[in-house]
Order: sequence, then structure tokens, then C-alpha cells
Amino acid sequence: MDDFATAFALAFEMIGALDADLVEIVGLSLKVSLTAVGIAALIGLPLGAAVALFRFPGAGLLTIILNAMMGLPPVVVGLVVYLLISRAGPLGVLELLFTPAAMIFAQVLLVMPIIAALTRQVVIDLWEEYDELLLSLGIGRGRAIGTLLWDGRFRVLSVVLAGLGRAMAEVGAVMIVGGNINHVTRVMTTTIALETSKGNLTLALGLGIILLALSLLINGAIHVASVEAARRSAG
Amino acid sequence: MSQPIFPLVLTGLVYEAGGQALLKGITAEIQATGRTLILGPNGAGKSLLLRLCHGLLKPTRGRIDWCGQTEARRDQAMVFQRPVMLRRSAMGNLTYALACRGVGRAERRRRVEEVLDRTGLAAKAKLPARVLSGGEQQRLALARAWVLRPQVLFLDEPTANLDPAASLAVEEVILEIQASGTKIVMTTHDLGQARRLGDEILFLCDGRLVERKAAASFFSGPESPEAAAFIAGRLTW
Repeated sequence: MDDFATAFALAFEMIGALDADLVEIVGLSLKVSLTAVGIAALIGLPLGAAVALFRFPGAGLLTIILNAMMGLPPVVVGLVVYLLISRAGPLGVLELLFTPAAMIFAQVLLVMPIIAALTRQVVIDLWEEYDELLLSLGIGRGRAIGTLLWDGRFRVLSVVLAGLGRAMAEVGAVMIVGGNINHVTRVMTTTIALETSKGNLTLALGLGIILLALSLLINGAIHVASVEAARRSAG
Repeated sequence: MSQPIFPLVLTGLVYEAGGQALLKGITAEIQATGRTLILGPNGAGKSLLLRLCHGLLKPTRGRIDWCGQTEARRDQAMVFQRPVMLRRSAMGNLTYALACRGVGRAERRRRVEEVLDRTGLAAKAKLPARVLSGGEQQRLALARAWVLRPQVLFLDEPTANLDPAASLAVEEVILEIQASGTKIVMTTHDLGQARRLGDEILFLCDGRLVERKAAASFFSGPESPEAAAFIAGRLTW
């Protein structure tokens, strides 16, 4: 139990001192994960809604694939992205390996299926309620996508938050494609992994506490904001 | 208002689902004037007929002709038994419907305000639609249809879930909508309502159009034993 007490003390100390390295690592973590979730949402929200609303050959298969991809192991995604962007790979000319862009790329692949698969369910539920009204108003399924995503905005928001949680927490993919290079691609989870393997358990745990606190803070802020918005519009 | 879409001509309408014929060949002509009430017991096929006319469902066999028009949906609106409220303000629900029809911003605003006023919902304009009471929600659904200025308004048992006072308020709005030049086609299983609102009665029973008559003569002298039993409140099965 001593370790935990020391780790908490260390965590507060690091936060209190606003240690420059810590700020850099936290900043990069947020930048990479928020960007990845943003891109994944831009793709995943319309994709999930389209799979929910359109009957096309292979829609069932696509649903199964998306659902299965929710559980993609990050290391495998890291490895695939590594092979794609390494010098010899098909995207080698972009020289992305060991850059934050590579980490964003890998996290988009991890998060997008989660957002698409969960959005699909949100849109199916709403469509059941809205279909006759929207058909009566002459709205086709294509135009309905925007309406349903907007009217389901509070549930869609929690879908995006689930994606953010996945991105912030994973270590395998960013470790492989980012390389955990100090001041370049070092993020919270890779630092924790590194410090643990070096035997700095207290420092690793301290960083872990900060990561948890951060994730709690982001989720809490968005929850409060959406509860307030939902109260105002009875969503 | 665009080209007139009436009369509505139904020829040999059959609708089957799961191997069962739910509508068994309905032929009728509905004119542009007056209130047409589709009356009948539960399971007669009233709602189904309404949905076929509005184009929400396709008939298995038979034809639905709107005076030779193919794009008649733009001039129709429908209100459902359980009002579907978009997760927006009362006003937002109306604005949305107009935006769907491509009505410009300034015109939207003008029409929304007018209709909210006439349905007694002006004070609730900014409230989320889903916190309104059942009666208010149904009036908002009527307002959302009215604001489109349709040539015909289909109503599927619009008061089935409401108490008498709320029902009466809804009926008053329906009469006002008709007075502004919209044809009313409505289903009900409520005899009192059919007597109050009906100009013409289409009596459905077991997927068939059993009687079609002016309301007064339907209630005073039903020709079919089914209609007589229904008016007398007797069970027919």
C-alpha cells in the first residue's frame, strides 16, 4: 500500500509543479487522441448511420465486421499501420513512421469502428420512431442521416466519448508506430509502460493517476454539459 | 398551392402481409370537399388504407390515382395516432417540416408564428416538444401538418390517446384546418367523433369497404348488418 500512497503524493507533486516534460506528454496525448477521435467521428458517424438506414448488398456483413472491429487488439493495428507506413510499405513515401501523425492514423483505425457500430444502433432506434413522419415529410433516407444524428445528439455524444476513452487508454498501437521517442512521440500510456519496465513503479503509477484523473475530468465536463443541454431540449 | 390533386381514385386496392389479405379490394373515389371519415372496428384496415393513400405503403395490387399527378405527396400531410415529436423545440418542429419542403427562412418564420397562434401554442413555442402534454403534442403535430398548407390532411385516430377535453381541442383545430381549404380524411373508431366531424363515412369491416354514404344517412339508416351492429354497439364476431 505504501507504493500507492507515494504514487498519489508524486502525482500531486508533478501536477503542482507543472513539470515541463509532464505538460508536453499530456499535451501530446490529448492532441493525438482528440484529433484521432475527431477524424474517426467524421467517418464513423455517417458510416454508422448509412449502414443503419440503407439496404445494400453486404450491409449485414459490414455490420458484423464493424462490430467485430470494436475489439481490435491495438498492437495488431499498430503492426498493420507500421507495415503500411514503414519505408518499404505502400505509404512509405509519406515518411510518417515515428511521428504523431502515424499515431493519429493508428488510433483512427481503432476508434472509427467503435463509433460507427454504436452510432448504427442509435440511428436504428431513432429511425423506428421517426420513419413514418420523415417519409410523410418527403425526406429520403439520405437526408434523414443528418436529422437522426442531430436528434440523437446526446446519445451520439456518449458514443464519441466511448471512442475517446479507447484512444486515450490504448498503448500498443502508439508504441509501435510512434516509437515512444522522447519529446517527439512520447505520450502518457507509452511513458507509463516505459517507466514500469525501468522499475520506476511509483512514477508510472503517478502518471497513471494523472491519466485517470484527466479522463474523469473530460468525461465529467461533457456529461454535465450534455445533461444540461438535454434538460433544456428534453432529448 | 400547386396543381389540384383531387379526386383521389382507389381501384381494387389489396394489401397483403405475411400471406394474409388485410385489405381485400377497395374501390372508392374521394372528392376534394368535406370531411371523409373512415370508420370501423379495430383491425378493419382503417390505418392501413390511410397509409396506402398517403404513399407510406405500397399496395400489393390495385391503383391509387391522384388526378393524374405522380408527385402528389408534396401536397399531402399526415398526423399519426401517437404524435412523433422531433427532439427540438415546438417551433423547431414546425420549422423543420417547412425546411423539408424547401420553404425560405422569412416565409418559414411568418407561417410558423401564424400557425402556433392559431393552435394556441404560441406560449409554448420555445419549449422542447417532448415536454408538452399529450394533447399539446397532438396539437403541435396538427400545426406541423397545417403549416405545410397541404391540399389533404390524413389523420390516423388523432384523439385515440387523449382525454375528452384534449380531444375536443384537437377536433376544433381539425375544423379550422378544413376551413382554411384543406381536405380532411380521418380514421376513427369513435362513433361520437364520427357524428360530430363526418360529412361522408367510409365504413370498413374486415378489410372491405362495406358502406360509403353521407354521414346523416349512414347513421340514420345503415344498409349493411355490420354497420348496423357497429352503430348499435354490438359485437360482430
